[in-house]
Amino acid sequence: MVTSAAVAEPQRYLETQIRWRPVEIAFWLATLLPFVLTPNYLVLASQIAITALFALSLDLILGYAGIVSLGHAAYFGFASYTAGLIAKWGWGEPLTGLVIAATAAGVLGYLTGFIIARFRHLALIMITLGLGLLLAEAANSASWLTGGADGLQGVRMWKLFGVFQFDLYGTTAYSYSLVVLFVCFLVARRLINSPFGLALRGIRENAIRMPAIGAPTRAHIRKVYTIAAVMAGVAGALLAQTTETVSLETLSFARSADVLVILILGGAGRLYGGLVGAIIYMVARDQFSGINPQYWYFWIGTLLVAVVIFLPNGILGGAARLVRLFERSRA
Amino acid sequence: MIASLFGVLFDGFAYGMLLFILSVGLSVTLGMMNFVNLAHCSFAMLGGFVTVTLTNELGWPFLASLPLAFVSAALVSVVFERVLYRQLYRASDLDQCLLTIGIVFVSVAVAAYIYGTIQQPLNLPSYLRGSVSVWGQSLGVYRLFLIGVSIAITAALVAALEYTRFGAQVRAAVDNQRMARALGIDVDRVFAITFALGSGLAGLGGALAIEIVGLDHAFAFTYLIYVLIVVAVGGLGSIAGSFVAASLLGISDMAGKYYFPELGAFLIYFVMVALLMWRPVGLFGRR
Repeated sequence: MVTSAAVAEPQRYLETQIRWRPVEIAFWLATLLPFVLTPNYLVLASQIAITALFALSLDLILGYAGIVSLGHAAYFGFASYTAGLIAKWGWGEPLTGLVIAATAAGVLGYLTGFIIARFRHLALIMITLGLGLLLAEAANSASWLTGGADGLQGVRMWKLFGVFQFDLYGTTAYSYSLVVLFVCFLVARRLINSPFGLALRGIRENAIRMPAIGAPTRAHIRKVYTIAAVMAGVAGALLAQTTETVSLETLSFARSADVLVILILGGAGRLYGGLVGAIIYMVARDQFSGINPQYWYFWIGTLLVAVVIFLPNGILGGAARLVRLFERSRA
Repeated sequence: MIASLFGVLFDGFAYGMLLFILSVGLSVTLGMMNFVNLAHCSFAMLGGFVTVTLTNELGWPFLASLPLAFVSAALVSVVFERVLYRQLYRASDLDQCLLTIGIVFVSVAVAAYIYGTIQQPLNLPSYLRGSVSVWGQSLGVYRLFLIGVSIAITAALVAALEYTRFGAQVRAAVDNQRMARALGIDVDRVFAITFALGSGLAGLGGALAIEIVGLDHAFAFTYLIYVLIVVAVGGLGSIAGSFVAASLLGISDMAGKYYFPELGAFLIYFVMVALLMWRPVGLFGRR
């Protein structure tokens, strides 16, 4: 959250924010541990990286600009199908496929951004939900293109850089997803710690006052919405390429709701919120749903209620409060 | 073609009335407290399961189980309101969404645990089955019953809101909560009662819905979207708005299924997005 120092000296505030802290470097080094510690779980690790990227993209619009979206899976799934179809039609090169799919999601995001920027509150939530459902229904109806409920079959990826085969163990998949996640994270980090990022926080805190001080609110929202759509698209394309299949589930309301839950669990409005949330959520789901998927819903529901009541800023927000308490007691 | 058009309108209207009973409580409570209660359909599901258990396990008549569906949903909702919802009246939309969606998750899991993941069977009494012929049209008896019940409920609601002291307090609280407090109205109490009544109606709707749309553990999720559409399109806190929106939604959904089955639910989502873009506060909303 923006401290009062930011009001006095915005440049100084941004400079302190942009410096890399030791805990951040430790976090990114720790993402390499799965290669050594749990080499049998690299497929899961690549899914986590993809989900974390998806949550990061939602954080840009929800955590920073305050746009609640119940249909963010639209961009994820749209890019997923785009990437899958390109590969199916004979162009299996991963990187260009990723760029094309992300661009497609970005165009969709730019176009819908004109609608999104006009609404707030319940109408906004319902319109994002409606647009997401519309796209999911369209994909379901166009089964000649998307394969319908059976999912898109016949996706064959070429080797990454012509060298690294996407194998069953997920070594390539995790390396690829992790690098892409890190690059996108750098972009998001730079974006948030810029004057543009401050303007977004202004929109979140007071959407009426921002135009009054001369900020083009709607243009800002369109811009960040497009960027978030591109990032969600990258995540969707990664999923299609690393699993070599696309299902209707990538567009579903459940996926939009899941990513929202992940972000809130981790802590919205903090760059690492989505990342931490994705790790906890995906690992817990992997462990629990082995027992019974229904129980998983019970526990995630209970966890949500507990987080909202006891940890209003998510797990990272609670951790930050603990750290502050600790520092105060020492001082 | 004309004949089937009338049939589609009739079935669609009956379906719309069902959606109206399910959603009217949410519309009023949302309008009053701005509390986004996504768990509304969990209370509806509870009512449905109460009716299923009473009629199938204990052999109660269907009609006698309906009041109990209402009462049990209302009572359970009051407990939730007192324990959890109270704490979040001042919180953001998002926190309210998340708390209540958490409750939906838990309710779905509990329902699956107790009743399994199959569609629940329901034995209707013989006088509610079959169809009658009106002007050469065959109309389902149960749908006629449903429309009758809904219209009775609507009339009772409108009368209660317009002509009773409590109704006046509710209207005042919806119009301007702070002003109502300043005038000495105990808005929290009014809200708790309205919330219980609204959830009770949802429970009744859940029980009535079994015959039309079926009941399984995912009911709280499936119909959440429909109920939200009715509330958002109708406008918050407006009974007339909910009535019109529910009828529109029911008829367009039914017409879509009859005439353009390949489109699926595409049509109603499209109608919703278009209506909301035209009027973001809903058809009858004022804010």
